[in-house]
Amino acid sequence: MAVRYLLGNEGIAHACLEANIDFASGYPGTPSSEVIDVLRVQEERPFTVEWSTNEKVAFENALGAAWCGLRALCTMKHVGLNVAADPLMTSAYTGVTGGFVVLSADDPFAHSSQNEQDTRRYAHFARLPCLDPASVQEAHDMMRDAFALSEEFSLPVIFRPTTRICHSKGDVDLGEVGTEHRTAAFHRDPKQYIVIPAHTRVLHKKLNEKQPALKERLVELGYNRHTVRGSTAVVASGAAAAYVREVLGADVSLAIIGAYPIDEEWLRAFVDRHEKVLVVEELAPVVEEAVRQVATTTEVLGKMTGTVPYEGEFTPATVAAAMREAGLASTMAFPAAAPVPGVPPRPPILCAGCMHRPTFYAMRKVFRDGIFPSDIGCYTLGLQLGAVDTTICMGASITVGSGIARSGEERPVVSTIGDSTFLHTGMPGLLNAVYNGADMVVVILDNRITAMTGHQPNPNTGVTATGVESIPISLEAICRSCGVSWVETVDPYDLPVLLDTLRRAKERKGVRVIIAKQPCVITARRSGIRRKAYEVDPDRCTDCGACRSFGCPAIAFAGKNATITELCAGCGVCADICPSGAIGREGRQ
Amino acid sequence: MKPSFDILIVGIGGQGTVLASNVLGEACILEHRTVRSAETHGMAQRGGSVESHIRIGGEFGSLIVPGTADLLIAFDLLEALRYRHYLPAGGKLVVNRHLVVPTSVYQQDLAVPDEESILAALADLDVTCIDAAGLAEEAGSILSQNIVMLGAASGVIPLRPDTLEEAVRRCVPKKTIEVNARAFRLGREAGEQGAGAP
Repeated sequence: MAVRYLLGNEGIAHACLEANIDFASGYPGTPSSEVIDVLRVQEERPFTVEWSTNEKVAFENALGAAWCGLRALCTMKHVGLNVAADPLMTSAYTGVTGGFVVLSADDPFAHSSQNEQDTRRYAHFARLPCLDPASVQEAHDMMRDAFALSEEFSLPVIFRPTTRICHSKGDVDLGEVGTEHRTAAFHRDPKQYIVIPAHTRVLHKKLNEKQPALKERLVELGYNRHTVRGSTAVVASGAAAAYVREVLGADVSLAIIGAYPIDEEWLRAFVDRHEKVLVVEELAPVVEEAVRQVATTTEVLGKMTGTVPYEGEFTPATVAAAMREAGLASTMAFPAAAPVPGVPPRPPILCAGCMHRPTFYAMRKVFRDGIFPSDIGCYTLGLQLGAVDTTICMGASITVGSGIARSGEERPVVSTIGDSTFLHTGMPGLLNAVYNGADMVVVILDNRITAMTGHQPNPNTGVTATGVESIPISLEAICRSCGVSWVETVDPYDLPVLLDTLRRAKERKGVRVIIAKQPCVITARRSGIRRKAYEVDPDRCTDCGACRSFGCPAIAFAGKNATITELCAGCGVCADICPSGAIGREGRQ
Repeated sequence: MKPSFDILIVGIGGQGTVLASNVLGEACILEHRTVRSAETHGMAQRGGSVESHIRIGGEFGSLIVPGTADLLIAFDLLEALRYRHYLPAGGKLVVNRHLVVPTSVYQQDLAVPDEESILAALADLDVTCIDAAGLAEEAGSILSQNIVMLGAASGVIPLRPDTLEEAVRRCVPKKTIEVNARAFRLGREAGEQGAGAP
């Protein structure tokens, strides 16, 4: 149809349109979020598209659609698949009728993640096919065909792009958007859809019986392919395959693994023809383990021999270094180029006017010896303000906090969690804390949106993924119905009231919830809210450093005095912090 | 030799590096060139250091290896220093004469180099220094600094100037097309004059 310059995730979303997708759900998570974000803003939308409350919920909704014969997509980041792992494992047994593709985006180097886990391990664990594109174009093509593959084997298909596929752009050759859409029809079939022991034992056998034909098919489809050129070879997968192609010498053979499970006979035939094979893949040694299993006399090099790194993201230079180490010819030698030492870092920072900053500031003032378990979101950046002590996974702020409180640790526990994360997996933890009598404060950072991943709406926003007004929910009512008797909602821009609320919370026992509520400063600006900027009166500024510790990016220090830059969003909290009254609205002084 | 012309655009989250790289990508499509690029998304965009890799004529991965970039465009002096090792010795740098001090410097009381010492540390490169804010104001909006910078670098980019200007028109919001087209041309003139070279 046309060649367009597209983001990997845009190409993937377009491929879903070409494949006549009927249903899409997901939970936002970098680097996966733009797939649903593209689908939900299509002008023509002859399919259902939803942001779900968490990945398990998203998975099960899409599975329901696929059980009705629809083509369904479910998207998440790699750690989201942990949340959805329960239905994932058994959906391999039940299978599907409509094509069902589970997109789980991996993040080598953990650019925006808490770990470097490998979705291909889940595919192996569940015995499901997994597609692993090496380029933006291949991501598009694989996704377009994945639904048919799912239907051919009646199995969910896992689609595993990495950050450098999702967030790379390139010229992508697109096909026509499909126009055939299906009508959902659920056909009762207890032996397939009810996994009581008598049924599931049979389903398990059926799943295992599908494997040999599946492996052969993935070779037939060209996902796993090779070129024999010499007596040494590289076997590569994913984005690393593109880096290998960039530097590979003309006399070195190449096998590219784009899909799992790998056909052992096919792989053995390739490996056996070579004296030495280097396996190059990011994350876990999935391909390497397969190569080692089939190799007889061939020398195999990879992560397990220390030739290829286990951690992080690769570049063509990583690959060239591994090839040099393995004694294989590469076409390029990269110069040793180190960064200039001593350049001050510029880490991401909470925005000027972000509602989280005064909340963290006030927590530190009131709970000087507090322990601060936190969660996944922009507010993890509160670590720069000394107000985040733990972050492990979605929803764990309340549970880790109640565990610390119940363990006998005597210092006060103040957990922070965003509104979207609270609705994701925070609620059961709150209920548990109340039920088991934990003594703790929970601060819900309610900015009305899922901000970090690109401002996706959630049930607390008031609109759905497609912009339809949704039934309002009340975080306060949810907390009260979990059994919390002390729930206070406060505007975090109002520092005196915020401090007073925290002090009152400190005096009480049991689970106390404070809802700090103020729209995300980015969405507020986009919706036209303008607040007058603030300025410093240099005559009154005493250089005391109080505003310095607030850490707002709109406050700079030129020489002795503080100044406020054009980044000021007008939240006005610094004016309350300044002990000399030197900060006021522009034009007031 | 690598087949691609590799450009690294660096700056601070919110300065419009992604839009600038989109213009280059769109221009490649207009000239029927292949292109690969990589962007920073997610949390790093929140005022952090960001980088966009664009490989004009690229056929493989989207990442540029340090020491091999053909052009570095920096929207901030400190970011130019942070990423200068992507250029080979004597490589081409187009940099905005502008320095935003990271907030962490104030909080942690770190040493930060000033404009003069940064420019001195970059002097062994082929540097064009641009007053992007001044030219953007002249074009009609301070927000068009990213397009000024692209214009200033366009003389060394292997894409035709009229294609690049057309790509600017296609990529920016409708209301700002004329301002940005002007910003591109003002940047291009400044780049040709080597304006403000240190």
